[in-house]
Amino acid sequence: MAEATLSKPAPSGIAAILLGFLIPGGGHFLLRRSIRGALILFSVAVMFLLGIAMRGAFFQPQGGDLLNIIIYCGGFLADLCSGAFYFLAVAFGYNQPDVAGHVHDYGSKFLVGAGLLNILAMVDAWEIATGQKD
Amino acid sequence: MPKLSLTHFEMAIVFALLTSIVLGVVTKKTDKERLRYGLQTFGYFVVALFGLAWLMYLGHG
Repeated sequence: MAEATLSKPAPSGIAAILLGFLIPGGGHFLLRRSIRGALILFSVAVMFLLGIAMRGAFFQPQGGDLLNIIIYCGGFLADLCSGAFYFLAVAFGYNQPDVAGHVHDYGSKFLVGAGLLNILAMVDAWEIATGQKD
Repeated sequence: MPKLSLTHFEMAIVFALLTSIVLGVVTKKTDKERLRYGLQTFGYFVVALFGLAWLMYLGHG
């Protein structure tokens, strides 16, 4: 029974992941975990906005050696996982070039960090929706 | 929007705080455990921050 539940996810699990991807914490709101959703939304939003305020650069996928591919493609995917924040920033024309400087560098890491935190939140929403945790 | 400029220490503390909140929220099963884990994680971040700072300071000579 438990295997059947894991192998065939409930529709709300996919909905929670999709909503959580678009709006950080959205999956938790959908599953009526509002306080946890609000904490996730706050954390991801603040981290993303600080990254923008520090003029961090978004990663763009690049070829080259394996390490280069992992860093740039992974960074791009992590940036993308900030969901609506990323799409809005791109839509409003945010296009910071990758320049030297510790503040810019921290900004890029904050932008990636925001996306990574949202991935954790999406996995958590999935586990809640599929009954693996409360 | 003016460019925000924080010190390494301030940025690391903010990063640790926000990351600890999410790790606390997604990791444990009860609210008490979540709060405890979040605080614990933040403490580990701060200890690692000071530890690495001293290591770099002493290693630099």
